[in-house]
Amino acid sequence: MNIPTDLKYAASHEWARLEGEVVTVGISDFAQDQLGDVVFVELPQVGRRVKAGESVAVVESVKTASDIYAPVSGEITAVNQALLDAPEAINSAPYGEGWLLKIHLSNPAELAHLLDAESYRQVATES
Amino acid sequence: MTDFPVIYERGQPGRRAAQPPAAPKVDLVALLGAENLRHEPPRLPEVSELDLVRHYTQLAHRQFSIDGNFYPLGSCTMKYNPKVNEEAAKLFSDLHPYQDPATIQGALELLYNLQNHLMAITGMDAITLQPAAGAHGELAGILMIRAYHHANGEGAQRRVVIVPDGAHGTNPATAGMVGYEVQELPTGPDGEVDLAAFKAALGPHVAAVMLTNPNTLGIFETRILEISRLAHEAGAQLYYDGANLNAIVGRARPGDMGFDVVHLNLHKTFTTPHGGGGPGTGPVGVKAHLAEYLPVPTVTKAEAGFAFNYDIPRTIGRLRSFYGNFGNLVRAYTYIRALGLDGLKRVSALAVLNANYLRVKLKEAGLRIAFDRLNMHEFVAQPPDGLRTIDIAKALLDYGVHPMTVYFPLIVKEAMMVEPTETESLETLDAYTAVLQAILARAQADPEYLPNAPYQTPVRRLDEVAAARKPILKHPID
Amino acid sequence: MDYTPHTDKDIARALKVIGVDSLAALFADLPEALRSPPIDLPAGLDEVALLAHLRALAAKNCAEGPNFLGGGAQRHFIPAVTAHLAMQSEFVTAYTPYQPEVAQGVLQATFEYQTMMAELTGLPVSNASMYDGASAVAEAALLALRQTGRRKVLVSRGVHPESREVLATYLHAIEAEIATVTLAELTTPVTAVGQDVACLIVQNPNYLGYLEPIAALAETAHAAGALFVAAVEPLSLALLKSPGEVGADIAVGDGQTIGNPLNLGGPSFGFMVVTEALIRQLPGRLVGQTQDVDGQRAFVLTLQAREQHIRRSKAKSNICSNHQLTALMAAVNLAALGPAGLRELATASVARAHQLADALRTAGLAALTDKPFFNEFALPVPLNATVFRRLLAERDIHAGVPVPPEYGLGNAVLLSASELTSDQDIAALVTALREIRARARPLEAAHD
Repeated sequence: MNIPTDLKYAASHEWARLEGEVVTVGISDFAQDQLGDVVFVELPQVGRRVKAGESVAVVESVKTASDIYAPVSGEITAVNQALLDAPEAINSAPYGEGWLLKIHLSNPAELAHLLDAESYRQVATES
Repeated sequence: MTDFPVIYERGQPGRRAAQPPAAPKVDLVALLGAENLRHEPPRLPEVSELDLVRHYTQLAHRQFSIDGNFYPLGSCTMKYNPKVNEEAAKLFSDLHPYQDPATIQGALELLYNLQNHLMAITGMDAITLQPAAGAHGELAGILMIRAYHHANGEGAQRRVVIVPDGAHGTNPATAGMVGYEVQELPTGPDGEVDLAAFKAALGPHVAAVMLTNPNTLGIFETRILEISRLAHEAGAQLYYDGANLNAIVGRARPGDMGFDVVHLNLHKTFTTPHGGGGPGTGPVGVKAHLAEYLPVPTVTKAEAGFAFNYDIPRTIGRLRSFYGNFGNLVRAYTYIRALGLDGLKRVSALAVLNANYLRVKLKEAGLRIAFDRLNMHEFVAQPPDGLRTIDIAKALLDYGVHPMTVYFPLIVKEAMMVEPTETESLETLDAYTAVLQAILARAQADPEYLPNAPYQTPVRRLDEVAAARKPILKHPID
Repeated sequence: MDYTPHTDKDIARALKVIGVDSLAALFADLPEALRSPPIDLPAGLDEVALLAHLRALAAKNCAEGPNFLGGGAQRHFIPAVTAHLAMQSEFVTAYTPYQPEVAQGVLQATFEYQTMMAELTGLPVSNASMYDGASAVAEAALLALRQTGRRKVLVSRGVHPESREVLATYLHAIEAEIATVTLAELTTPVTAVGQDVACLIVQNPNYLGYLEPIAALAETAHAAGALFVAAVEPLSLALLKSPGEVGADIAVGDGQTIGNPLNLGGPSFGFMVVTEALIRQLPGRLVGQTQDVDGQRAFVLTLQAREQHIRRSKAKSNICSNHQLTALMAAVNLAALGPAGLRELATASVARAHQLADALRTAGLAALTDKPFFNEFALPVPLNATVFRRLLAERDIHAGVPVPPEYGLGNAVLLSASELTSDQDIAALVTALREIRARARPLEAAHD
């Protein structure tokens, strides 16, 4: 199970990478493995304001559809359009090319609520 | 190996099969206006009648069916479809829905009788035969419950529908379609609804509780009378999903259990044909306090004869055109008249007998049984450790038997839900057991065998990922 | 007669294996209070008595005689080969094709159906069928509301009254607004559509039988950012401009006229065909093409993540069953007719309906307008429409669908004709109408 230590995680299996005031969001390697081959991604509108914990995207495999929850509150500044033609990037590169969206943080204090790699590893193992 | 042809790949330009009757020649441009006419005719297959017959006959040979194969799909009640029901349906196939009611008194009488029979079987006070499927019936039921709460001034406050975590997907989907929030209820370790959790979930914000009994694990909810009392005390309405009625038909009535609304699946319990996915029929029975919300029309009897009744004061409205899937209502009526009460009681007794017999046999063969005790008309099994349900299902196909329902209910890992129904003989169940034994033995001996099954079906395992990523939903005709 | 195979010996053997001593013991979990309810049903019948009973009921119906009934269902020629093929037991007694390796029959037949519906409507993506035309209209409105995020639906009064009732039932629950466009001289006027409208729904031919200006109406919808939903009669699409050609976003309708018997209004099937852009909003089952591990072409249910068994409370619709078997009847029938046969069927229907209208006009019974109609039109009648229909039925003629009061046409009926209508049928109807009119004259004064 690949869980990069430089990222933060939510218990619902999203990862968050902070760059300045913008958080890039995707799903963990564990999550993509559980889902199986991704066939489609429903991404939110750029500009939408979201709250931490709110459902912002849906990742579909043949047999399931999983809601993706915003790990932090803020405004959606970008979505990964490339996934619409190549959703398989989520499987092959969940932390890189498989990124889903970017949120401009409205409340940096929320980052403290996210899990570090070790804590997330425990969550994933128990799942 | 060449692909099996699509109908568009058969025939030749200019070939045809049927010849409609002749009619006077007309100038379509003059009658309809050039601006209203299409430029290119729709492209349809051009085949001779024999081309057509070969195609669809060969297609039929690439298809499992109850008539050809044992089909123990849990939750589907794949019982035998009696052929006399088809003969009966043909007697009524030419009636136009808008004929003068005096010319369809026989059809109306049949519908009226069927209403009465289904009310008797379910213990309900009023009924609609309109819904075209179980899910359609659920929609009607939830809409009626919603209207009831609104009429009592509690519509705004009652925003939640409670559904057990084992529920069929149509239950929460229906609630969601009507704007309700869905709250899931955990199933306890005994396979029944967790009563403590249920009590905690009830409150003035709950509009309805949707249950199946026996539930989707094939277990009877023994505390149903208490559940219904608690729900009603909290002001909620109780909805019965009739998918599992085959277990208790003739022996217990959901009306007596306290349910306010009941939908039936005539294509399950009452053997109207599944047709490869439909049409179904989902009549909905209600207790007296909900009768004024029924969809229009129902069928009534007056001195002047039978008639459609549109005078339902607070009806939720129409759910569909005309009156219902009449052709299938005839089939269900014919079945009920053939069986009578004694026949229906035998159905439930033997459905439960067959399920428990198979449960014991499959356990001996090496499957794990999720609730290893007396079940009702169906039971949930799991594969031995290390094997996957999907692979066992695919292996069964090579032996000419249809697999059980797989991966439902969601609350049991690697679930296999088995419902043999009462129309199967013990020899068929023994043969199925032997097949499973053989499959498990081969799986032990050869780890490559199962994941690559099936081997002998017309096509083998499909690339479902590609089908979803790059959907091709029609034949490229040019 | 209960179709169970068990002998007493079988039952005894099974009970032994299970470890209980009686069938009653199998129901030990049922609370005492629920057992042996007093269910009042007539005793079961053997096959001879059963069919005698059904025949006695059938004898109280009458389907014989000239038939001019329309209003959303019509009798048409269906070649014998259609039912023979569609009602093969492998298609009738199959389940939903969830195990595609052994369901290529149903899956491929559905793929072929989807292709044919796309051809008829001129739109690219058809689902595997729905319950009926009326609920398909309602589901189209729900789709438009989801897609646009708007809360209002605009529907022409030319859409079948029953479809509009079903639309109201479905939309009432989610508190979406429905506004009805009044007809102007029996067709839908082309006027501006508001920016708050999710879709404009128009039926063509409309309920009264007349052709609508769908191209212009599609433009007004699009100008406001709304979707255009065309509720169409599939047989008419052999001749009429298709929804795709005029830029419709969604085509819906009922398939009865392209291959199913009347069956007192059901089962038939609904169809929904949409543009590529709406593919993931489409409710209902979808069959797609793929390959198996050996590279063979094969068909499979796809995009299932839209559906109830996966999305549950967030599904596009709660729809589970489709109307597979009746949709299959239509597909087989379309293949049996082919493009030439379908065109002939449609043209003959138009011809006979216009022959009827001409004969009526000659007899002094003019229709309400000269606007073009397909194979049905509205006729004013000299007395209450339901009584009118009764009087014709007494003469063994099935004709006269009463036009509801909301159309403001006074006493009026719909009359339709098809390729099955003969010269004698038309003569019989005209004679009957003449007689009824003659007798009604003294009553006319008393009426108003």
